[in-house]
Amino acid sequence: MDYFLQMKNVSKTFGEVAALHHVNFEVGTNEIVGLLGDNGAGKSTLVKLMTGYHQPDPGGEFFLKENRIDHLSVARARDLGIEVVYQERALADKQSLWRNIFMGRELSDPWGRLKLRQMRDETRKLMHTLMGFTSSAVNPESVVKNFSGGERQGVAITRALYFKAELIILDEPTMGLSLSETKKCLDFVAGIKAAGKAAIFIDHNIFHVYPVADRIVVLDRGTVAGQFMKNELTLQQLIDRLYVVAQTGSLETKAGGA
Amino acid sequence: MSGSEESRMNQLEEVGKPLSPIVRAGGLSRWLRTYALQIGIVFVAIFIWLLFLIGSPRTFLSRDIYVAFMSTTPFFALMAIPLTLVVITGEIDLSFGSVMAFGMTAFSLVFTATGSVWLGFLACLLAGLGAGILNGIIVVKIGIPSLVTTIGTQFFWAGVVLVLTNGSGLGMTAVRDTILYPALVGRIGGVIPAQFVWTIVFAAVIWFFLNRHKFGAHVYLTGDNVESARLMGVNVDLTKIVTFAIVGFSAAFAGFVVSEEVLYFWPTLGGGYLLNTLASVFLGGTSVFGGTGTIFGTFVASFIIGSINAGIVAANLTGYWTQLIYGLIIVVSVALQTVLGKRFK
Repeated sequence: MDYFLQMKNVSKTFGEVAALHHVNFEVGTNEIVGLLGDNGAGKSTLVKLMTGYHQPDPGGEFFLKENRIDHLSVARARDLGIEVVYQERALADKQSLWRNIFMGRELSDPWGRLKLRQMRDETRKLMHTLMGFTSSAVNPESVVKNFSGGERQGVAITRALYFKAELIILDEPTMGLSLSETKKCLDFVAGIKAAGKAAIFIDHNIFHVYPVADRIVVLDRGTVAGQFMKNELTLQQLIDRLYVVAQTGSLETKAGGA
Repeated sequence: MSGSEESRMNQLEEVGKPLSPIVRAGGLSRWLRTYALQIGIVFVAIFIWLLFLIGSPRTFLSRDIYVAFMSTTPFFALMAIPLTLVVITGEIDLSFGSVMAFGMTAFSLVFTATGSVWLGFLACLLAGLGAGILNGIIVVKIGIPSLVTTIGTQFFWAGVVLVLTNGSGLGMTAVRDTILYPALVGRIGGVIPAQFVWTIVFAAVIWFFLNRHKFGAHVYLTGDNVESARLMGVNVDLTKIVTFAIVGFSAAFAGFVVSEEVLYFWPTLGGGYLLNTLASVFLGGTSVFGGTGTIFGTFVASFIIGSINAGIVAANLTGYWTQLIYGLIIVVSVALQTVLGKRFK
């Protein structure tokens, strides 16, 4: 398999606390990885290493498309196509849809004058294709405050795809969403796969992760407790394994698909 | 859009199932909603004008009162317009009154030393710009709330002015011999005050940068959701510093215009402009929580505020009422925005 991202033997300590302990983690170029784990398992630390927010301890190795990366900054990670979608922090509520799509990356001429028509046209195009808004009442000028939770996730994911993200990290995207809104959100995650891109889907809820993930990685207390290709395991088997992890901190030797 | 992107979109079309069509108004009512605040403020202006017209037709049917409005309203409208940017970013500046006097102090020092009106004018603008940048840096880099920062700098600059001028003013008659005088406070065609034209120029330029330029897009995003703006690569700190800098610059400019109009620089300059400037911004529909606001609203609201004093006199009330009414306008307009904002949520 082609890897978009590979982390080898990566550790991260904050003072005395080892948040991550010799972790090996990889994401394929067109793979949806579900990242499961309890609070404090190290999920967010792992993500922050990938986005350049934290630097790993010396000794680990980090590869992007087979190239070794020595110092990853936030800006560099973004240039390399790693984009994070946060539920609460993704959108500017009082602004129009097009302003949210082009947030921080406005199309403009060399003097900084906005290309308003182009941004509105592109937004309209994206609404009808990626976002699937069909109502004529929603237009690029619509203020996103009135959008539902699933729609808001859709806007954030669309924005990432539009700006050529290669790896989209979704941090608990279904948190607080209703059943039907969760369904919409999962459709968008499936859309990432269809677009040929990779995603990391972080969630507590395996019922959300299982249907869309190709591979599921379980983190526990700073180490990878196990990983499975989805087609190796039924949902019920996965649940049983997770109970074992929660109690013992590791899986039986049978675990470890990749 | 390239071919590969198009095919990608087509692929995705099948995945992205149509989302629930939320019923939202179209056409005319959408337009009304988008510009509700601007339309509202125009109606408020017309309503107040009719009130004055009925109350005192002799005053409000003559030309003189409108020339007076065009002459005195710019003194604070020139600051209210840029202050709108600061409020949209979710911050506030209360120091602009003192910065007016500080700019003029820089003028008087440089003018006294060099005898050059132009160098003095330049020093005035630079002093204002510097004071604005300082506000921005304290707020952004040190992380002190702008309310506290600018109350502090307000007293600081007022103190600096008193120390440097020793409390004495400066006659401005020397400026009358330069083109600055007719250019800033002359009467165009013998009627229209030049400062009114400058106010329109300020409004147009700042409107352009707010609505048609990247800078303005970042101003709105910073005020709306500072966290997501930062995550999406908006330089939030720089955006805020620039808005404070523009207010400082404009305050110094307004201070110069006021001193020119009365041909004297009083070290107490600026003390009377705090309330009406803030009232103009909030009456104009700019949200005290940041993220929304328009230059058009502030512009129209400035002239409403500017007319209230005359209206009070024409209505045979004492001038003591002015402050009460300004205060009331600030509280009512901010409260009204908040209540309306919640209803539309």
